Amino acid sequence: MPKLKSGSNEPAEIDLTPMIDMTFQLIAFFMVLLNFTKAEVDDRVKLPTSELAKPPEQPPEHPLTLQVIADGRVLFLGDPVQIENIGGYLDREKARLAAEGANPSDTLVIIRAHAKCPTGRVQDLIKACQQARFEKFALRASEKK
Amino acid sequence: MRIKKKNLEKVPVDMTPMIDIVFQLQAFFVMTFSFVTPEGDFNIKMPLAAPSEGTPDEELLPPIKIQLKSAGGALSSIMMGDRSVQDFGVLRGEVMSMVGNTGPSSEGGGYEVEFACDYDLHYEHVIAAITAVTGYKSRDGQTVKLIEKIKFAPPQKQ
Repeated sequence: MPKLKSGSNEPAEIDLTPMIDMTFQLIAFFMVLLNFTKAEVDDRVKLPTSELAKPPEQPPEHPLTLQVIADGRVLFLGDPVQIENIGGYLDREKARLAAEGANPSDTLVIIRAHAKCPTGRVQDLIKACQQARFEKFALRASEKK
Repeated sequence: MRIKKKNLEKVPVDMTPMIDIVFQLQAFFVMTFSFVTPEGDFNIKMPLAAPSEGTPDEELLPPIKIQLKSAGGALSSIMMGDRSVQDFGVLRGEVMSMVGNTGPSSEGGGYEVEFACDYDLHYEHVIAAITAVTGYKSRDGQTVKLIEKIKFAPPQKQ
């Protein structure tokens, strides 16, 4: 009976190159899809859906996005504020827009309101914006799939 | 003068730290990734001046008045003028018969819709109403426009 040669005791080397390639692919995928402009989207606002909601072909030049949560309060820098008290905040936004060379009459106010928000609160917000001399308004909805 | 050739030995490069950093980056991007649903806008007309001031736009017909009644936030009834409408599908049909649906380029001519909503009506019903009167998707996926001019009457508090 021939002697069985014991196998080599050298440790097996695993080539990690394909795994590194796949990891780089994944990083590139997530880097391309990562959207840093989440400042205008808040998880507390669940938009109503509409089959006609499509992103505009050309984004507005000087938009002002106002987010309204379910109880009717408006989010400013992440904090909910009563609509009756947003005058000061709107003045600040007007100053910011003026620094960019925009008038309130040229600014598109985009209202992102929660689906369960009372409609009257949205209209109160529009009225408050009108008092601050904003004229153009758009109601935002998410695309229905 | 002889120059000794050094034996060219392969220098092993330890890839472990690079793999660690790559995994750190991947974890960062996975944590910060989020799916963003496409969003669209419905433009509404809310002029500063009251409708009674100045001369009215002669091209505009009298606005189609649509009333949305609420019961605890939910939609309880839809009124188009003096007539009750069963649902938004019927409302769209009524608007189509008034405006005509001549194709994707149709923009409803001089028609304008004025919504009068109860104060506590949930906002989603208003968007559904705007969707019903603004247009619809045809069978081939094209958007057919009906009426684009939308405005709101002052809210009715109950």
